[in-house]
Amino acid sequence: MSYDPALFPEELPSEPEKATLEGQNKFMGLWFFLGGETVLFAALFGTYLALKNSTAGGPSSDELFGLELVFLMTMMLLTSSLTSVYAMYHMRNHDFKKMQLWLGITGLLGVGFLICEVYEFAHYITDYGFTFRSSAFGSAFYAIVGFHGGHVTFGICWLITLMVRNAKRGLNLYNAPKFNTFSLYWHFIDVIWVFVFTVVYLMGKVT
Amino acid sequence: MSLSATEKRGFGAVLWDFLTTVDHKKIGILYLLGGGIFFLLGGLEAVIIRIQLITPENDFISAGLYNEMITMHGTTMIFLAGMPLLLGLMNAAMPLQIGARDVSFPFLNALGFWLFMFGGILLNLSWFLGGAPDAGWTSYASLAVNTPGHGVDFYIAGLQIAGAGTLMGGINFIATIVNMRAPGMTYMRMPLFSWATFITSILILFAFPALTINLFLLMFDRMFDTAFFDVALGGNTIIYQHLFWIFGHPEVYILILPLFGLFSDVFATFSRKRLFGYTAMVFATMLIAFLGFMVWAHHMFTVGLGPVANSIFAVGTMAIAVPTGIKIFNWLATMWGGQVTINSAMLWALGFIPTFTIGGMTGVMLGSSVADYQFHDTYFVIAHFHYVIVGGTVFGIFSGLHYWWPKMFGRILNESLGKITFWLFFIGFHLTFFIQHFLGLMGMPRRYWVFLEDQGLDLGNLISTVGAFFMTAGTIVFLYNVVYTAFKGEVASADPWDGRTLEWAVSSPPPYYNFEQLPLVRGLDPLWIEKMEGRDKMAPGEPLDDVHMPNSSFLPFLMGLGFFIAGLGFIYQVDNSLWYIALYGGMAFSIGCMIVRSVKDDHGYYIPKEELEEALKKEAE
Repeated sequence: MSYDPALFPEELPSEPEKATLEGQNKFMGLWFFLGGETVLFAALFGTYLALKNSTAGGPSSDELFGLELVFLMTMMLLTSSLTSVYAMYHMRNHDFKKMQLWLGITGLLGVGFLICEVYEFAHYITDYGFTFRSSAFGSAFYAIVGFHGGHVTFGICWLITLMVRNAKRGLNLYNAPKFNTFSLYWHFIDVIWVFVFTVVYLMGKVT
Repeated sequence: MSLSATEKRGFGAVLWDFLTTVDHKKIGILYLLGGGIFFLLGGLEAVIIRIQLITPENDFISAGLYNEMITMHGTTMIFLAGMPLLLGLMNAAMPLQIGARDVSFPFLNALGFWLFMFGGILLNLSWFLGGAPDAGWTSYASLAVNTPGHGVDFYIAGLQIAGAGTLMGGINFIATIVNMRAPGMTYMRMPLFSWATFITSILILFAFPALTINLFLLMFDRMFDTAFFDVALGGNTIIYQHLFWIFGHPEVYILILPLFGLFSDVFATFSRKRLFGYTAMVFATMLIAFLGFMVWAHHMFTVGLGPVANSIFAVGTMAIAVPTGIKIFNWLATMWGGQVTINSAMLWALGFIPTFTIGGMTGVMLGSSVADYQFHDTYFVIAHFHYVIVGGTVFGIFSGLHYWWPKMFGRILNESLGKITFWLFFIGFHLTFFIQHFLGLMGMPRRYWVFLEDQGLDLGNLISTVGAFFMTAGTIVFLYNVVYTAFKGEVASADPWDGRTLEWAVSSPPPYYNFEQLPLVRGLDPLWIEKMEGRDKMAPGEPLDDVHMPNSSFLPFLMGLGFFIAGLGFIYQVDNSLWYIALYGGMAFSIGCMIVRSVKDDHGYYIPKEELEEALKKEAE
């Protein structure tokens, strides 16, 4: 219903994601949103640290966690951050196809991470009877890892919508900021995972 | 647009316009309307509380209903009246003050409003659906975990939805101020109200997520039987208190800082003087905001955190008196030697200074952790926070309404009625709450349904209730004033107060695009500078060109509606699994709206240069 020719220049500028005021706004807005998300996770980390030893006779973190699987998950998510950087690199070179390719790889790595997480949760529940309700530690563990997993899921849905939506349109000044904000968000959930890995899993193995 | 202009269109067209608008000025009006309705509701609850306490062992309402009243009064006033009214004023004034055509994310702005509105309606539906929340506005675990009925579930769902809307508003305002200031509008040339909006939005951004998580934990404990606050399974109820006040203390600064900014503008305008100590005011605001995050545990002195923690938080709390004192003295010095005009807006500002100073003084008293063991949970606390919240926030909102009413609606609120409102409300306020300091010191605990006869509390409570009636009368006069002004009020010029800042450089009410050309700002109080140099308007800061505008959208309303239905489903799924249909249906509907928003390109539209040229010509005549 509306069309703005200014968004479709013959030659894209070198940083198409920040070429329009709309793009700059999105860039800023997402950074501030991530600031709020930081507090959200900080509250969860605080809760987890307070409750991590309250096992109420159930399994403790040391008995539960297997670092092999968590290492695999960490590698997948960190690599996906790298691949999203590649995608942004190609966006700045106006190579839409390569950008889509690397975004696709990013999404697949994210899905791989989620599959591992679901497996991990199922393993704890069936083999250890360790659930959201079994102890305060259980509640805190599933809350923090689950909130992170929820963020990954949301990110993947966001990515799929973006990729499908723009598959036939190519890159322009209207959608470049959208890809860029996605990649910022994706980096953020990786950073959070680094903290989850350290505070929940590594510290959980230290008794 | 103006009331007179909208009257010419049909009611349906106006309604549709407001349901789909993304214009910050109209969203500001919506916020004032929504917040105003909830303010009246919260006020009604307050009056019922005071009637119950008019005599000893009164049985006007039952104990259970009394608990619902105090809970809903607090929750409504803070989340559904105070903050939305502030967001309304910010929406109405801030983009104009910094010389912007709109906020950064107009769509998000509308979404934030509708989420607040639907969250507030959901919370208040609880009155008709089996009882309102009754665990206090703080809803501490473990009381709130074990409270029967759905009251607390309504509290959780309503605040979660409204809180998400507020967070969006905060992010939007920060991005707007960072990115959209007019040419020459540097940070240190921004009016104090815009500065306060900026810093308040940062507080919203960093405080609200803690509440979000806290409500989630409470919800998990209530609905999914988790063990966060279940001591038998190793849970810890103190976590709830910490998270609540990590949000809750910045929240009280969210409620007051915008008004500090507003009063700075009002004092400068009506003293016809530049604000005294502008730089100090800006940094004092920042310091208050920073310290506001460091002192949450002073709400928890009696929990037993130990003498070291209590001492640190006590010292931090008292330190806030320093930047606040800087502000009080700067306001006084602004008026010193100025040509002071005393009208309604200024009266509220003048009434604020002694009132807020008393509230600040009792704040320092409460901050002394040793003495706090005596004050905790008595009417002394009630008196303190009403002195700062009513004496600061409500006085400020009234001042702001009188100050910006001509800009928002094109008519000036009636002065005589305004003064009657002020005196009724001001006298009533002090009657109600001053005596409560002494009731508290005599040992009257807060949140009690009745008090006993002949314990020295009878007269004090009677006086307090009489004061509440005065405040009610003041509010009614104000409502009458609004109606009177809409029909017979004096039509406002662009600059009725001989103003200093950019909002007075555009017509009243402003055109929907705000500025034909963004103004060139040459210093603090930009309009005043131009007027002092003999020009009657701002120099343009950009060539005349087509202006890009966002399209209106019905999606924000629909998204809010979806979450509202999902909220109801959430509350009732524990009773009957059929409610999962509402839960998933509402969620799917809202997410569907989001996908539509993402997938459908919305480039906005352009106002052609010719239309703006014509408007400029008309202004010149």
